[in-house]
Amino acid sequence: MPNKTPKVLAISSGGGHWVQLLRLRPAFAGCDVTYATVRDGYRTDVSENASFRLITDGNRWNKIKLIRSALGVMRLILSVKPDVIVTTGAAPGYFAVRIGKWFGARVVWLDSVANAGELSLSGKQAGSFVDLWLTQWPHLSRYGGPQFFGNVL
Amino acid sequence: MIFVTVGTDLPFDRMVRVMDEWAGQNPQREVFAQIGEGGWQPQNIRFANFLQPLEFVEYFKSASVIISHAGMGTILSALHHRKPILVMPKRASLGEQRNEHQLATARHMMDMGCVNVAFDATELREWLDRLDNLKQPRPIGVSASESLVQKLRDFIFDHSV
Repeated sequence: MPNKTPKVLAISSGGGHWVQLLRLRPAFAGCDVTYATVRDGYRTDVSENASFRLITDGNRWNKIKLIRSALGVMRLILSVKPDVIVTTGAAPGYFAVRIGKWFGARVVWLDSVANAGELSLSGKQAGSFVDLWLTQWPHLSRYGGPQFFGNVL
Repeated sequence: MIFVTVGTDLPFDRMVRVMDEWAGQNPQREVFAQIGEGGWQPQNIRFANFLQPLEFVEYFKSASVIISHAGMGTILSALHHRKPILVMPKRASLGEQRNEHQLATARHMMDMGCVNVAFDATELREWLDRLDNLKQPRPIGVSASESLVQKLRDFIFDHSV
């Protein structure tokens, strides 16, 4: 179906992950895009043409929140049914690409530009199954590993 | 006004204490700090635990200098608003962050001419006495680099990529 408008889910946790996700906006022009993140206050960052969905944040240090986050992301994916998922991390983004794969989405991990010394832990784990695995630092790209095509700056 | 921000995650008392002490000695300088939930409360400067995104932008716009943790959200905002920024990396070894990435972020962003860095409290105190020497950040565009945007568009629209 080459003429179908692609449905994109752009998802991240808060702070720098969200600021970086917003800087990818031109990549989603002409798509049916849904933005998902962890703070309701970020709603004003998204244009009226795009949908905005709230999810629970989580990290490895709080298992209950982590499970709640994963379940929320699962519900989100079942309701949005995205063709493509793009994330800048962290935990909710990891869940989105992991779960999204089960439901047939093509998925992109863009590791945060903050990870200049080495890839994030979730970024390393995502590398084994994502369709497009990107780092924002040329010195971290390698054959069979994450690729570099530029950064959010 | 000097806008101090520690990010949306853990507090950064080591930085806030230095700023508070300095503000006490320099009452003519206006300082506002976002200190995080459960952070040590300063005596000499106005502060908030968190700021809503729109409030954050307002403080950012009216600030002459940004002093912050080495978080990419704040660094990108400083580049976007063309504000000189001094970052001090949060250390996981001191319980200020969950991993040690801010050191590498600070070093690499400094090499790219995006930020000024104080690697510890001593360096922060030294910088505070010569804030006029902070380098202006290099200008950045409104969105990610064209090559990255194009790669994502190729991926989204062409299933063979």
